[in-house]
Amino acid sequence: MDPRRPPRTVSDPKVRQVGFFAVPEPISSSPPVSNISPSGNSLSPVMIPPPRHSSDAAVRPALLPPVASPGRRDSHIPSDLFPASSPSAASSYNDAEFAFSPGRPLRSNPARTTAAVTTSSSLPGRGFDSAAAVQASSVPAAGLTKIPSGFSEKAGNASVEVENEQGLNSKPLKEKTTKAERRAMQEAQRAAKAAAKGEGKAASVVSAAASTTVNVKPHKVTKSPTVAASEKKGGGGERAVEKERKKEVPPPRMQYDDMSRVEKAKRRSVVKQTEARNRVELFRHLPQYEHGTQLPDLESRFFQLDPVHPAVYKVGLQYLTGDISGGNARCIAMLQAFQEAIKDYATPPEKNLSRDLTAKISSYVSFLIECRPLSISMGNAIRFLKSRIAKLPLTLSESEAKASLLSDIEQFVSEKILLADKVIVKHAVTKIRDGDVLLTYGSSTVVEMLLVHAHELGKQFRVVVVDSRPKLEGQRLLRRLVGKGISCTYTHINAASYIMHEVTRVFLGASSVLSNGAVYSRVGTASVAMVAHAFRVPVLVCCEAYKFHERVQLDSICSNELGDPDVISKVPGMEEINCLNNQANCENLQPLNLIYDALPSDYVSMIITDYGMVPPTSVPVIVREYRREQLWM
Amino acid sequence: MPDVHTLVNDFVIKLKRRKIEGSQATAKLTAELLRSVISSQRVPYTNQAGALIDAVNAVGEQLIAANPVELAVGNIVRRVLHIIREEDLSLTTAAMAGLNMSTVSDDEDDGDRDNYPVLSAAVVAAAARSTLRPPSLQTLLEDIPDAAAIPHTSSSGDSEGKSKSADKSSRSRKLKHDVIEAVNELIQDICTCHEQIAEQAVEHIHHNEVILTLGSSKTVLEFLFAAKEKKRSFRVFVAEGAPRYQGHLLAKELVARGLQTTLITDSAVFAMISRVNMVIVGAHAVMANGGVIAPVGLNMVALAAQRHAVPFVVLAGSHKLCPLYPHNPEVLLNELRSPSELLDFGEFSDCMDFRSGTGSPLLHVVNPTFDYVPPKLVSLFITDTGGHNPSYMYRLIADYYSADDLVVQRRPGTGS
Repeated sequence: MDPRRPPRTVSDPKVRQVGFFAVPEPISSSPPVSNISPSGNSLSPVMIPPPRHSSDAAVRPALLPPVASPGRRDSHIPSDLFPASSPSAASSYNDAEFAFSPGRPLRSNPARTTAAVTTSSSLPGRGFDSAAAVQASSVPAAGLTKIPSGFSEKAGNASVEVENEQGLNSKPLKEKTTKAERRAMQEAQRAAKAAAKGEGKAASVVSAAASTTVNVKPHKVTKSPTVAASEKKGGGGERAVEKERKKEVPPPRMQYDDMSRVEKAKRRSVVKQTEARNRVELFRHLPQYEHGTQLPDLESRFFQLDPVHPAVYKVGLQYLTGDISGGNARCIAMLQAFQEAIKDYATPPEKNLSRDLTAKISSYVSFLIECRPLSISMGNAIRFLKSRIAKLPLTLSESEAKASLLSDIEQFVSEKILLADKVIVKHAVTKIRDGDVLLTYGSSTVVEMLLVHAHELGKQFRVVVVDSRPKLEGQRLLRRLVGKGISCTYTHINAASYIMHEVTRVFLGASSVLSNGAVYSRVGTASVAMVAHAFRVPVLVCCEAYKFHERVQLDSICSNELGDPDVISKVPGMEEINCLNNQANCENLQPLNLIYDALPSDYVSMIITDYGMVPPTSVPVIVREYRREQLWM
Repeated sequence: MPDVHTLVNDFVIKLKRRKIEGSQATAKLTAELLRSVISSQRVPYTNQAGALIDAVNAVGEQLIAANPVELAVGNIVRRVLHIIREEDLSLTTAAMAGLNMSTVSDDEDDGDRDNYPVLSAAVVAAAARSTLRPPSLQTLLEDIPDAAAIPHTSSSGDSEGKSKSADKSSRSRKLKHDVIEAVNELIQDICTCHEQIAEQAVEHIHHNEVILTLGSSKTVLEFLFAAKEKKRSFRVFVAEGAPRYQGHLLAKELVARGLQTTLITDSAVFAMISRVNMVIVGAHAVMANGGVIAPVGLNMVALAAQRHAVPFVVLAGSHKLCPLYPHNPEVLLNELRSPSELLDFGEFSDCMDFRSGTGSPLLHVVNPTFDYVPPKLVSLFITDTGGHNPSYMYRLIADYYSADDLVVQRRPGTGS
């Protein structure tokens, strides 16, 4: 828990006004409520304020104070910290403060005067840090649970009792890791209940309210004891936190020019792949196999492929043949296959469900990787699933655990993918005006939904579909759009700079958005965005937040996927050009079929996600703030 | 005469039907056609140059109208006009020098002489030259020694002792002859421009270079191959160049000549350009401001190259230098090709018909042929006269064309 975030307040002036200056006075009016509300109420800096109910305006003043209070509290923290050592100075005030915020773990280390000096010097930053985290509404659970463990090292065993108690106290606090979309509703709920019930009961009320929404509850039940346990061990706490943070850093990807590792992977692999004869030197680090060679092998070994569940097997084949493509479709297909697999799963005797199932899933995943390298969105989904498996309480029976996992997956699909798409469309459609000429590249499901939705709303616009070999996905999109009666213009990617004169907006889909703001997407997207940038046309990228990833990438070469090179040298319908076919084996010629490219963030005007419309610079914020929530949902 | 007419008509029809592809082929054919026009043109005793210019203008107008986006036609017409003027001028200068002092002008088209009969031939020539074309660097440098040298040549001209009539008859034949000679030279130049450009390849391509190109251009092929011949080993990325995918042909040629070639799609250009040392492309035409009319897709490549600070080198023979300044070249100097290159015939035919009642079809297919690359995106032009900056192109062009010919369509003043 270092000061991860500079001591700043919310960046958006509008939000800030809402958060800070609305009604500053009732700071001490309703302490318990104030304790609870910050995470639920304050707007995340990346959020577009959702449409407010009129009741909210009345509700907010009562809920707001804590957002403002951290700053105020910070100034008092030094005196706050050692009430025992300097009782004369401000003990009465501190008492008041304690009453005001009993759950604050910050106050858990008052006992030691020796530690007080160091803590007080470091606290302003921390205080602000946690305040900022609370404001961001997403990581209070982490922030609050980690702070005590960090402090407990210094505070020693003196405060263990206090901490344990406060760890329990802070549970209701943690449960407020709510989602932006639900905030308005929740506020209204809470306000109503808070008004109905006494102030003292408010905490329990809110915890009940929070648990009605989808929340971190199962996790917290397991989590807080472990935190408390680590605290008891004293010095172990910080290291554990450190470890956990390190675990979140994605491990380096497999580099296929590393011979020993490739050999190892081959021994493990289910599918036998022959390496491409004409490998492109520049892409030695990526897998380059002969495409299509796996298929007959797989077919022949269908009944011997014991470890792979048939549903997974089917999906893998569909990836292989390209029947399922597109980030969302692949991700959903994979998750559904895993659902099937989990349904049919039975824990072998003398084995642990969570461990065995994780291994099973891992083997499925490696099978899928052999069919086609994972997309980043799939990686995120797998990470989610594994974390859910790992965090299954041991007390659950097998059927319960399976049901919980199935519903988790179901929820992930519906909430993170399907619902997210709807929210994105809702946001993005506000950016389409009558008379617009919208350009899109390739075929993105979200963009297609957006265009169809805008058309259904009766907006008058024209669509330019830019397409590129070898997949020519744009043609299918074109077919569907024209079928819906949308006026379209179709062209190839080279003509982008010709057509860009008349375009007013560019909408692009993305396979992933990386933490440096780069948009990892279908190859060619970067070119289109670059041309749009050169013609001063805004580029709007639609991407669900579950596809965000903390990895960074500067170019499209370090990490990419290579498609079948043979489709490059074959141009259907152009016989005079297909002379390359018989020369494909010539060692000097390497057809290269890149699948993705990384679009630099400065070409992106806006990224439209389910959390709102954000500039590309806010991507790391979303990744950091919402990733935990996603994993621990 | 009739056979010339049929030749012209044939050529016009070919141009209209876009049967001739490639600016080099067009330029060569145009020059050959103009040569036959000139040779068949009967030349009057007086104002021979004017007659030739008129004839070339008339044909040139037709040719340019036949395919206005093929700028090479206009370029060659202007080059030929320029040649006629130059030859006429040099003959006049020589003749004037031979006569030493003229009172009666043979050529009415040189009005200056009537007004200033006492001027020396050198002065007249200089004046005529300067009216014929803006001073090029060469003439600026040459003019002064020329004027100084005239007295000597005039004395030598005297010693030749040609009679005026003999001179006249020889001149009438000589002008045409000289013009045809010069046009032959021009044709020769067009044919050999590849080699001249390719000769410079070693200066630009070194070992382990990674070069990207898009589509197919004979000039680029020769350029790369010339570097390869000089034992430079380098790698070439060829973008296939939708919608015609000529890059496949280029890749095939390069592979046949033993170059390390990687074929990529056009969409992968941005991804790959960060590892490229140099972009070398051919052009369709080079405008006077240094902008390039290039095969479609090159603007994107140029933007990507600029983003990654990769030099963008354009190879262009001198027949591609166009003395016009572009205005809205993306639209006005462009040509839309058949949609069938993008969509299979009949695939979307139900969407493209006009019967749907709204008057306009639901689906448009745009398939432009050219791209305009603005001069700021071009790092270097390599022509058969060497490498040049985009900002220098207007100057280079002034060497090849005379200002009077810039607008071929509207005939230059009838008086001259």
